[in-house]
Amino acid sequence: MAVRTVLQQADIDRAITRIAHEILESNRGAERLVLLGIPTRGVVLADRLAAIIGRIAASDVPAGALDVTMYRDDLGRHPVRTPQPTSVPSGGIDGATVVLVDDVLYSGRTIRAAFDALADLGRARAVRLAVLVDRGHREFPIRADFVGKNLPSSTRERINVRLAEVDGDDAVTIDGGDD
Amino acid sequence: MRHLLSTKELSRDDAIALLDVAEDMAAVQEREMKKLPTLRGRTVVNLFFEDSTRTRISFEAAAKRLSADVINFSAKGSSVSKGESLKDTAQTLQAMGADGVVIRHHASGAPQTLAMSGWIDAGVVNAGDGTHEHPTQALLDAFTIRRRLHGATSRGRGLDGVHVVIVGDILHSRVARSNVWLLTTLGATVELVAPPTLLPVDTTAWPARVGYDLDASLAGGPDVVMMLRIQAERMHAAFFPNSREYARTWGLDDARFDRLPPTTMVMHPGPMNRGLEIAARAADSPQSTVREQVANGVSVRMAALYLLLSGERGDAA
Amino acid sequence: MTERFLITGATLATGGRADLLLSDGVIAEVGRIADAAGATVVDADGLVALPGLVDLHTHLREPGYEQSETVLTGTQAAAAGGFTAVFAMANTSPVADTAGVVEQEASLGRAAGYATVQPIGAVTVGLKGEQLAELGAMARSRANVRVFSDDGFCVSDPLLMRRALEYVKAFDGVIAQHAQEPRLTQGAQMNEGALSGELGLVGWPAVAEESIIARDVLLAEHVGSRLHVCHVSTAGSVEVIRWAKARGIDVTAEVTPHHLLLTEDLVSSYDPRFKVNPPLRRAEDVEALRLALADGTIDIVATDHAPHPVEAKESEWDAAANGMVGLESALAVVHAAVVENGLLDWADVARVLSAAPASIGRLAGHGQPLERGSAAEVALYDPAAASDFSLDRLAGRSVNSPYLGRRLPGRVVATFHGGYATYLDGAVRPADEIARHASARLEGTRG
Repeated sequence: MAVRTVLQQADIDRAITRIAHEILESNRGAERLVLLGIPTRGVVLADRLAAIIGRIAASDVPAGALDVTMYRDDLGRHPVRTPQPTSVPSGGIDGATVVLVDDVLYSGRTIRAAFDALADLGRARAVRLAVLVDRGHREFPIRADFVGKNLPSSTRERINVRLAEVDGDDAVTIDGGDD
Repeated sequence: MRHLLSTKELSRDDAIALLDVAEDMAAVQEREMKKLPTLRGRTVVNLFFEDSTRTRISFEAAAKRLSADVINFSAKGSSVSKGESLKDTAQTLQAMGADGVVIRHHASGAPQTLAMSGWIDAGVVNAGDGTHEHPTQALLDAFTIRRRLHGATSRGRGLDGVHVVIVGDILHSRVARSNVWLLTTLGATVELVAPPTLLPVDTTAWPARVGYDLDASLAGGPDVVMMLRIQAERMHAAFFPNSREYARTWGLDDARFDRLPPTTMVMHPGPMNRGLEIAARAADSPQSTVREQVANGVSVRMAALYLLLSGERGDAA
Repeated sequence: MTERFLITGATLATGGRADLLLSDGVIAEVGRIADAAGATVVDADGLVALPGLVDLHTHLREPGYEQSETVLTGTQAAAAGGFTAVFAMANTSPVADTAGVVEQEASLGRAAGYATVQPIGAVTVGLKGEQLAELGAMARSRANVRVFSDDGFCVSDPLLMRRALEYVKAFDGVIAQHAQEPRLTQGAQMNEGALSGELGLVGWPAVAEESIIARDVLLAEHVGSRLHVCHVSTAGSVEVIRWAKARGIDVTAEVTPHHLLLTEDLVSSYDPRFKVNPPLRRAEDVEALRLALADGTIDIVATDHAPHPVEAKESEWDAAANGMVGLESALAVVHAAVVENGLLDWADVARVLSAAPASIGRLAGHGQPLERGSAAEVALYDPAAASDFSLDRLAGRSVNSPYLGRRLPGRVVATFHGGYATYLDGAVRPADEIARHASARLEGTRG
């Protein structure tokens, strides 16, 4: 099976930096911005984005983790999933612009669950979505506001995002379909 | 996990994983919106052949906070008390579409019989069977100890090196049995203290030290002292002469409590007989975890229900 | 003219091979038989021929509990197990504590015709342990009772036990004691030990059996009576009986097949098929019981065949009934427990499952060696037919066998009672056929 690298470390750095600028631009600054990553790799990406945005805007941007496991609509179709901790920055999300951060956007089911999870935490002023890779094949009317790379793919292919904090190095690869 | 029948069968990894999920559940319990949609459309039956309001409402709260539909089926005043067999009751629940059955039964092994009989497809949670096991109580005890010791850094940890003394009616206690297995699996050292009449005749297979002298055990400065409820009817069966002698010899009275290190946790599964196995001062002290145990009970039971019922059916993991 | 059977090439328990000719209710010839015109030939090549088995401890359940077993179905189970005589325990409803009940049982057995049914009389009225039943009347009745037992309950009152032991001397009777100190076994669910503590089941301590046996052998010695101990289950009991026998006390003892093979760890499943009284014990007990049977400390194997309807076993452990069916599996279990390992040979099996129980129960016409002129009571066993014990091997009304799905080393192939086949080619002969044989035989003895 062919494994192809589509983004290398430098590409990933560039994509994250670009997204950081886009978030700042669309939010008109870092004011009341909260980044919530979806475990596992979304949390890493949210931390990196928060650091970059903080550097650019010279202010602290709170980042946290939003686990959506308990809100998924497909729990009964898979073996039991292990939930991950949720951690909301101390200021909460009421009135904030929350940017959800995930590594790959695919069917949209994870993000749908994230909306429910978010609603149980409070009332955000606005919710945005940032993803490193958008591979298409949406099953919900959901679209990312900030995309690192659009990667049209076959459903047979597997897209793997590797991030140094979790996997030891940065890369995005595709395991090709069998054909 | 298909059923939760005993702690003896739990591996260390499984036990820690369950306690970690319980941490997530506890976090949900601390926020304003305490309910999760996780088990929407699933039906949990609380099948109680023995009265136990405390355990039943704890399971009921756990199931409801996961959005499961809850049906309480209490043996008193139902067909069960009119001699309906466990099998017929089980088949009734099956017909009603129960996904999970939380069973409390006066007969040891009844949850296992229910789970293995083929009468029912539901996941079975043992909520206390006879004098056998009470696994969720032991899990909430372990969870409480871990939280007290490690706070926010509890996740992923066992109870290695923790010294626990369990005192009282070991012979009839399902709480003691479940704790002996679980706490040991998690790395704790367990010591049992009781009158010889209230110990099983042969405990050589138990991973616990056994003794009769409470003062000697407390002198070791344990991290945890767990007092078990003494039932009055034991007196009449000549297990011990009277409650005064019991309290004097095996009760956690003020003098004994004062000799404990201030870091020693005092636990009790409740309901307490104040003045018999535990004095009010110990029960109400900051060292007492009694109220935390109740709160943690809901989180641990949510975790158990989640792990049993959220995945696809027939999942043997 | 009744059917004659020529059994060819059977291996005798005493060693050697022989043909056996069964005719007119007796063994007409043993040896090389060339001419047996008109006889039905049963090829017994590779089969062991044993005297028809005698069970000193069977629960036939009739009258009163016909949903579990009847005299007919219970003796069909006996036939399937190679038994030609069963002693029927007294815990029926009404209890077999009067001449009327024991005579009724015996006549039901005669009419069914599958095996000799020898009633056991209750020791006390209603098995209540309060006052002696009419032991003399039962002894003098047509049922000719010699064995008395409150089985299911212990005659725990020492004075009552003493009187019973004394009283039955008048007619050469024996008290078969169910040794279980009742106060020490209140609510007991399984053997008391490490496992009962872990499983949270109320323990049945060995001392509750051993203390009663110790008391009873001393009583038997004191009053010079005959005592039989039912279903001995512990190593300590074996020691007590060994001591008593060495002292010259007239005591005999039985062990069940299940106590020779199964151990308490089966209870870990909480599967009520393994619930029995006395309970399954430790491996050390099983070992001691096997050795005791081999050295004669324990005299006989008796099944304690205890049928129960399905619902009595489909429940939580505490609520389930005690007992196992055992007639159909007994010989194969004994084979597995004490013959395969060389502790007993087939002659020993003939003794412990036929001659000795007939002798203890003073039952004529059974337990005789397979010789010319002996009663035609014969069982044929295939010791090489190892197979998983299955439902189709059960011939009684109940299926509460602990051996279902367990590999057993052999099987009964045929049983002959009174000269006719009650079980042949792995099937119980039809009831109407057996009833005809039985009534013809009764006519013959009267004529």
